Amino acid sequence: MQSLVLPKRKSSWISNSLKEKLIHGFFFLNGILSVLVLLGIFALLLLTAIPAFREVNIFSFLFGLDWNPTSYVKEVYGIVPMLVSTFMVTLGALVIAVPIGIGTAAYLSDVANPRVREIVKPVVEILAGIPSVVIGFLGIVLLGPIIAKVFNIHNGLNALNGSILLAVMALPTIISITEDALKNVPVSYESASLALGATKWQTVIKVKIPAALSGIIAATMLGMGRAIGETMTVLMATGCAPAMPESFLGPVRTLTSSIAIELGEVAYNTTHYYALFALGLVLFILTFIINLISDIYLHKFEKVNR
Amino acid sequence: MIGKKTLSLLIAFLMLFSAKAHADMLQIKGSDTLINLVQALSEQYMQKNPGSYIAVTGGGSGTGVAALINNKCDIANASRLMKAKEIEQALNNNVKVNRIVIALDGLSVIVNADNPLFRLTMGEIGKIFRGEVTNWSEVGGENMPITLYGRQSNSGTFVFFRDAVLKGDYSQKMNRMNGNAQIVAAIKQDKSGIGYVGVGYVKNATGLTVLKVAANPKADYASPLNSADVKSGKYPISRPLNQYINGTPTEKIRDFIEYELSPTGQRIVEEEGFFPISEEYKKFNEKAGF
Repeated sequence: MQSLVLPKRKSSWISNSLKEKLIHGFFFLNGILSVLVLLGIFALLLLTAIPAFREVNIFSFLFGLDWNPTSYVKEVYGIVPMLVSTFMVTLGALVIAVPIGIGTAAYLSDVANPRVREIVKPVVEILAGIPSVVIGFLGIVLLGPIIAKVFNIHNGLNALNGSILLAVMALPTIISITEDALKNVPVSYESASLALGATKWQTVIKVKIPAALSGIIAATMLGMGRAIGETMTVLMATGCAPAMPESFLGPVRTLTSSIAIELGEVAYNTTHYYALFALGLVLFILTFIINLISDIYLHKFEKVNR
Repeated sequence: MIGKKTLSLLIAFLMLFSAKAHADMLQIKGSDTLINLVQALSEQYMQKNPGSYIAVTGGGSGTGVAALINNKCDIANASRLMKAKEIEQALNNNVKVNRIVIALDGLSVIVNADNPLFRLTMGEIGKIFRGEVTNWSEVGGENMPITLYGRQSNSGTFVFFRDAVLKGDYSQKMNRMNGNAQIVAAIKQDKSGIGYVGVGYVKNATGLTVLKVAANPKADYASPLNSADVKSGKYPISRPLNQYINGTPTEKIRDFIEYELSPTGQRIVEEEGFFPISEEYKKFNEKAGF
């Protein structure tokens, strides 16, 4: 800070305009670094995935109902069960996490007294720091038996288990971003609503939450990104049977867990190896589409709001 | 600071020399199933024979076999047999492989303690895991659907069980668990479950039943907990744990392998949770010159 206040030094060995340019260049590099990394990852995925389709028909890959690359009889590469599993677990997690997340955020920003907030907020943030392997373990030894008992089934390693665990993991993201969004709603909105005779409840539900919708959607999308890419928890808690999922009370096997299970021991440069990268590419494209949709939606919303 | 640096350099130098001094130490490489056992064996051997040096490393059966083919190790540990292709590759490198069986590994099939079933035949186990039998009543149990628990495809046990028992593909509905301990945990909680794990994982476990298994409907049922039955081959789901060497062994290699096969060595095998070799494999080893 101090150097900004001081008058220009005459002894500077480098001209100010050059300095300016260098700094500009440095920040430019920083700015495009993540773009370069992204492009690099995409190129790598694409190049490593393409050889898979020399031996696997792309239609049987995208629409096949069986995945068994280490078969005793005949290798098959069909990703539909894994896509369905991934969507089931992710959507299940959102159905649980979004209402709870918005509720918690509204409570924290508008209802809770400062003292309660001081305690609850850090606790929510600590929740984000629990390693996924620990959550997965709780899914096996704690949540699984509870689900089995509640639904009167033999075991609790299923999509519901995964959804609940992922919801827990997505909650901190959803809560903190939604709370920020609610806090950023101009006080004038709230005052106006209250002045018109609305109750506090009506103000939160009918004024503040709609006004903060763009932030809430962003929170939901980030939570969804967290859920769709999570690996260890679903690997441990969902049973991982490769068959087509039958219900939320049956085992599922997501794209991420398949990659994690099989990449460890696959022989390099085989069709199986390339097919796993093709799975990674599918996952990448999925998350890309989700981000794109949310982005488009957010822009639309901002325009309407203006 | 400089003193410390010089000292560490000196130590590194000395280590280099001492390594050179023991350039004739035995190099053993391979299977991760075998690594703890062979390490225990070599530690005891080195204590008994001061001046002998044995280095044991893991990396998987494939790593060990590849090292042997390329003449980069003295003994390769392998929990599977060498493939015909690999033996051929070795011959091309003037490596004539010789196999010795040093221990047996038993695989146990387990169900929940509340499941009244206590025995199955190999054929029935195969049908269950292939998904052809889906209710316990079809194999003499209660009327209750079967839930399958197995390992993930990166596990050697997954492959062994498939090739030795199923001789076909696992049911797509089998839950793929992340390790032996998880299968045990799942079976303890699931009355309808059946799974397979290394016998070391169930020796002291409660809440589950280790099934007795018969090779065929006419054969006797045997339990993997009874080491006599695993040794005699009466318990049908066991696999030999192998070591491969190049041709006629040197005196040092021979001495170590003879120690492994001696009563002391075989007692260590048992302490490590595996089973001593059976008569059948003793004869096999004799043919190989041990």
